[in-house]
Amino acid sequence: MSATDTPASLPAPAPAPDTAQRSPWGEVLHSLSRSGTFLTGLFILLFWVVCALFGQHFVPYDPLASDIIDALTPPAADHWFGTDQLGRDVFSRVIVGSRDILTVAPLATILATIAGTALGLVIGYFRGIVDDIVSRVLEAFMAIPVVIIALLAIVALGTSKITVIVVIGLSFAPIIARTVRSAVLAERELDYVAAAKLRHEGALHTMFVEILPNVIPPILVETTVRLGYAIFAVATLSFMGFGIQPPSPDWGLSISSNYGMIGGGFWWTVLFDALAIASLVIGVNLVADGVHGAFND
Amino acid sequence: MTDKNALELKDLSVAYRVGRRNRAVLRNVNLTIKAGEAYGLVGESGCGKSTVALSVVRYLPRNGSITGGSIALDGKDVMKLDAEALRRARADSVSMVYQDPGKALNPSLRIGRQLTEIFELAGVTGQAAEDKAVAMLNRVRISDPASVMQRYPHQLSGGMQQRVAIAMALANDPSMLILDEPTTGLDATVEAEVLDLIGQLRRELSASILFISHNLAVVSNMCDRVGVLYAGMLVEEGSTKDVFNDPRHPYTVALLRCLPRGGQRKDQGRLDTIPGFLPGIGANIVGCAFADRCALATERCRAEPPPLYELGDGRLSRCHYHDKAQSLPRATPAEIAATAPKQAPPVLQVEGLNKTYASHGRPLRAVKDVSVSLRPGETLGLVGESGSGKTTFARLLLGLVAPDDGGSIELEGKQLAPRLASRSEDQVKAVQIVFQNPDSALNRSHSIRHILSRALKRLGGLSGKTLDTRLEELVRSVRLTDRHLAVKPRQLSGGLKQRVAIARAFAGDPRIVVCDEPTSALDVSVQAAILNLLADLQSRQDVSYIFISHDLGVVRYLSDKIAVLYLGRIMEFGPSEAVFSGPHHPYTEALLSAVPKLDRTESSRIRLDGEIPSAANPPTGCVFHTRCPRKIGAICETQEPELTEAQPGHTIRCHIPYAELARLQKPKIVEPA
Amino acid sequence: MVFLGGQVLPGNVGRAILGPFADQRAVDALNHSLGVDRPLLVQYGSWIWNFLHGDMGTSYVFRAPVAPFVIDALGNSMKLALVAFVLVVPIGILGGVIAALNFNRPLDRIISLGGLSVTVLPEFVTGIILILIFGVWLRWLPIAAAWPKGAGVLTQLYYLILPALPLFLVLFGYIARMARSGMIEALDSDYTRTAVLKGLPWRTVIWRHVLRNALLPTITVIATQTGYLIGGLVVIETLFRYQGIGSLIFTAARGKDFPMLEAGILTIGIVYAVATLIADFLYSVLNPRIRLGAEQ
Repeated sequence: MSATDTPASLPAPAPAPDTAQRSPWGEVLHSLSRSGTFLTGLFILLFWVVCALFGQHFVPYDPLASDIIDALTPPAADHWFGTDQLGRDVFSRVIVGSRDILTVAPLATILATIAGTALGLVIGYFRGIVDDIVSRVLEAFMAIPVVIIALLAIVALGTSKITVIVVIGLSFAPIIARTVRSAVLAERELDYVAAAKLRHEGALHTMFVEILPNVIPPILVETTVRLGYAIFAVATLSFMGFGIQPPSPDWGLSISSNYGMIGGGFWWTVLFDALAIASLVIGVNLVADGVHGAFND
Repeated sequence: MTDKNALELKDLSVAYRVGRRNRAVLRNVNLTIKAGEAYGLVGESGCGKSTVALSVVRYLPRNGSITGGSIALDGKDVMKLDAEALRRARADSVSMVYQDPGKALNPSLRIGRQLTEIFELAGVTGQAAEDKAVAMLNRVRISDPASVMQRYPHQLSGGMQQRVAIAMALANDPSMLILDEPTTGLDATVEAEVLDLIGQLRRELSASILFISHNLAVVSNMCDRVGVLYAGMLVEEGSTKDVFNDPRHPYTVALLRCLPRGGQRKDQGRLDTIPGFLPGIGANIVGCAFADRCALATERCRAEPPPLYELGDGRLSRCHYHDKAQSLPRATPAEIAATAPKQAPPVLQVEGLNKTYASHGRPLRAVKDVSVSLRPGETLGLVGESGSGKTTFARLLLGLVAPDDGGSIELEGKQLAPRLASRSEDQVKAVQIVFQNPDSALNRSHSIRHILSRALKRLGGLSGKTLDTRLEELVRSVRLTDRHLAVKPRQLSGGLKQRVAIARAFAGDPRIVVCDEPTSALDVSVQAAILNLLADLQSRQDVSYIFISHDLGVVRYLSDKIAVLYLGRIMEFGPSEAVFSGPHHPYTEALLSAVPKLDRTESSRIRLDGEIPSAANPPTGCVFHTRCPRKIGAICETQEPELTEAQPGHTIRCHIPYAELARLQKPKIVEPA
Repeated sequence: MVFLGGQVLPGNVGRAILGPFADQRAVDALNHSLGVDRPLLVQYGSWIWNFLHGDMGTSYVFRAPVAPFVIDALGNSMKLALVAFVLVVPIGILGGVIAALNFNRPLDRIISLGGLSVTVLPEFVTGIILILIFGVWLRWLPIAAAWPKGAGVLTQLYYLILPALPLFLVLFGYIARMARSGMIEALDSDYTRTAVLKGLPWRTVIWRHVLRNALLPTITVIATQTGYLIGGLVVIETLFRYQGIGSLIFTAARGKDFPMLEAGILTIGIVYAVATLIADFLYSVLNPRIRLGAEQ
């Protein structure tokens, strides 16, 4: 008896009744669109992105133009957030100040994601001695605070945006690599990987076509979380004088040059920058929290 | 037996909140368990069995809620109890044991502490509580209770953990004991011991029992009455004997037909199946829930929900046509084309295969000196408990694991390289596998089309138009259709996923397909369809199977030859019928005796004592001597017996001569007709 | 078995420190050419050797042995870190436990989102905001952590509260989040169900069965936070002009005072290793599966 002459009373099984669902990605998007956390975060993030892109066209003053006569005036109608010690308009500087950090931090995150994913895939897939050595080194590397790694690298390499991107990117890469590695370790034990071996698939196919699509969710979550930390790190480095350099109206930098005077009561020179950083960091982390929730429901 | 009811469910309805909707899991379930009675609740996964149990103890998951009806324990309405009264009810009158005892015990507390705290609740403390705990452990036949008291759960085997869990459940002398799949996941011989224990305790104790299981045979052995649950509804109820011998609901009828019973074999005909699917949780059901899958269904069944008809003698059936239920036509024709016995040279010849792992610096012999041969179109069944080396052996064949030096694997007369990477393309496609769990075996990111096309490309060497044509044939040969191709695995049910996995294994016209527990993750009705499919494919393509399963009925149905493994060694090897009907190795005898049978024929039972030894530290002499009920003396402890030919093609590794085995096993395991 | 995990780690830290150091040495060699004709590894080896014997080298800037500076700074930093730690560990764990017990209720949302928000803020941002609130507007606390010479413990504590607060906030979210997810997992577990169904009072279930299993992972997290804490110290000590190991490293890096920099960093490496070791030890003592794992 062959398959073709099976009697008509033997209908092909229909797909399971609950097929009429969204695709996995559709479900994630749906759950994101209903997550208040995510939407709030996205709103804050988009606000600062718009400021970074178009801020200089609508701010009332040139954020770099100093006006010594008007220096250190408290917030008032003509200077909503007051002026700093060089008489620059704080409001204009805060609005435009998102530009550098929103260039450097995402680029560093992208670098970290690409390097970390590649590294994590390779060590997770091949295991063995390479994995042992690399993971130990990564573990140790992660034990050193990013601030200190950056400090050392910048002392050695000099300060530039590129240095900051590379330093933050490379010091975050191990963290992403670790996440990817543990996801890959779980995946490679699954039978579809054995099935690929039983088709004589090459390592590259198995890693990138079979395994990679399944570890995208944790990578996405980790990337959004890392973006938050990249902003954290860039702001901190700028504050320490190792990040973005003058005359940029960068927030961390502004706080660094003005906080020495808070004892004198010139609070407006630092408060608004601090709140700006706070809102951006919290915004990105709300997004990350939303993404995490959507993937782990 | 008094008339007092230990448990009474009235119109119990439970719903789980998924998304923003309440989805009904239980629909108006009525059920009464009398004092001292053992009641079995059976049904396939998703029918709401466990929800019944959790409702009774009011421990539903966060998203679950009781939407109607009442639950009375010892006459008290459970739903009206306040927190303190509920706690007292749990402490005094109801206990529960569930699946996976390893998780049910607290990993960071000693067994003793976990037991004594129960007695402390009743006001017994200190040494008195300790003594009671020891007594309780004695009662569940734990041989060294004082030392077990000092241990942590991870230091005990699964069987021991479940005994401890049972001891904890019985410690408060409950009037109601709920057992929710208490032996699922345990090895066959261990399961048999635990079931024996429960059976003995039942006689000693007064507790009523609610026994929940997917395994009809287990329930039939343990319970007085049984209820069949389908889509959250009780569809049939009655005494165990009546329901299993004279079912009155088409679902029960069909379910019983799905099981390979009484030594049924593939050449004696197909198993029956149940077409279609269980209604999804929360589905809107008009009429009879089973109508879509029932060949007897009429317009009336689709329109008018059947009530629970009373059939006398305490029998109930939720079917308009309960009197005709047994005339349910088969969903799958039984007849199968007879295949001529083959005399072809073996397709597979394995000689002296060994695999040693290193475990904590000690060698662990997972597979020791295994030799088997298999002809085209034959099935070799591998049987044995966990740690027996079945899966390792399969992986050695596939080349996923490299064997120790020395042994040889020949495929169609040609040496097969130990490692997959050094095998030729032809050899790779010739040996394929169907894994146990299709969720793990199918890449969840890929569509079915991608999965099968890739296999056809790599294993079949096809591309373009020929690939598309072949893809269509392949899909049809496993009884899927084109519309299944576009979806991802998670959109298919377990049975359909397993069909995809089978199709993938057959993409390159394999000579040997390893089936590693291919149906154990599936429900009975789905299992039957998969077994039929495997048998059909085999008779059509002359493929050989290595079939691994813990279910002896299933193995027997599909296998021509059987290898019984224990601690990596073949204890017995031979034609399926010879191995099953005996005389057989004492271990085989014990395994067969451990299988719970639907047809309650109390046969001479053989129970194994003790735990399966670790393969890293196997016993001296015959590795089975520590548990062997037929041990003859010192020779068993000192000298490992050879595999000797008892009859042509039937070999047994035992010091007892074949004739003696035949005599000992004379009142042999009663074979259910 | 018990110490295995811990013993590997210190080695790691040493190896990791070698990385950035080797670079530093190269830079060092170019800039100063101070007796660097030996191979880097030999140099590094002998420097480690000397370090372990208490000789940390000589500062380029101060033209004086490094050791006293480092030891002084370490003591100061320990005080600051201790204040933060003593506050954050119990409060963080308590926050997480309370959140988990109120799973998905408003209190949980407040603790979780609040914790997340304060955790992700850079220390200098929270530092500035706290200084403005408590130091400038309310004038409750001093804005620099420089107490008068010979001040008593209480006075020192008074000066340390403000700098410790940003560290507290950063760690609070981490610890609370870990404790919360550990609790939720333990509450959902089968053994908790067993305990509840035994009829044990809710308090006993939580105290005896849930907490211990729930908080084990948190202990490890607390130790790994030492690394972040040290990073935070660099910033906080700079902001509050506090003479600790962080500001020592910062100043050394700015002034390219390499012996000082190296000594500072090796010191925090050791501190980190010790913290990890302690956490590892605690974890294995509390977890019978590790303590008695070999018996089976």
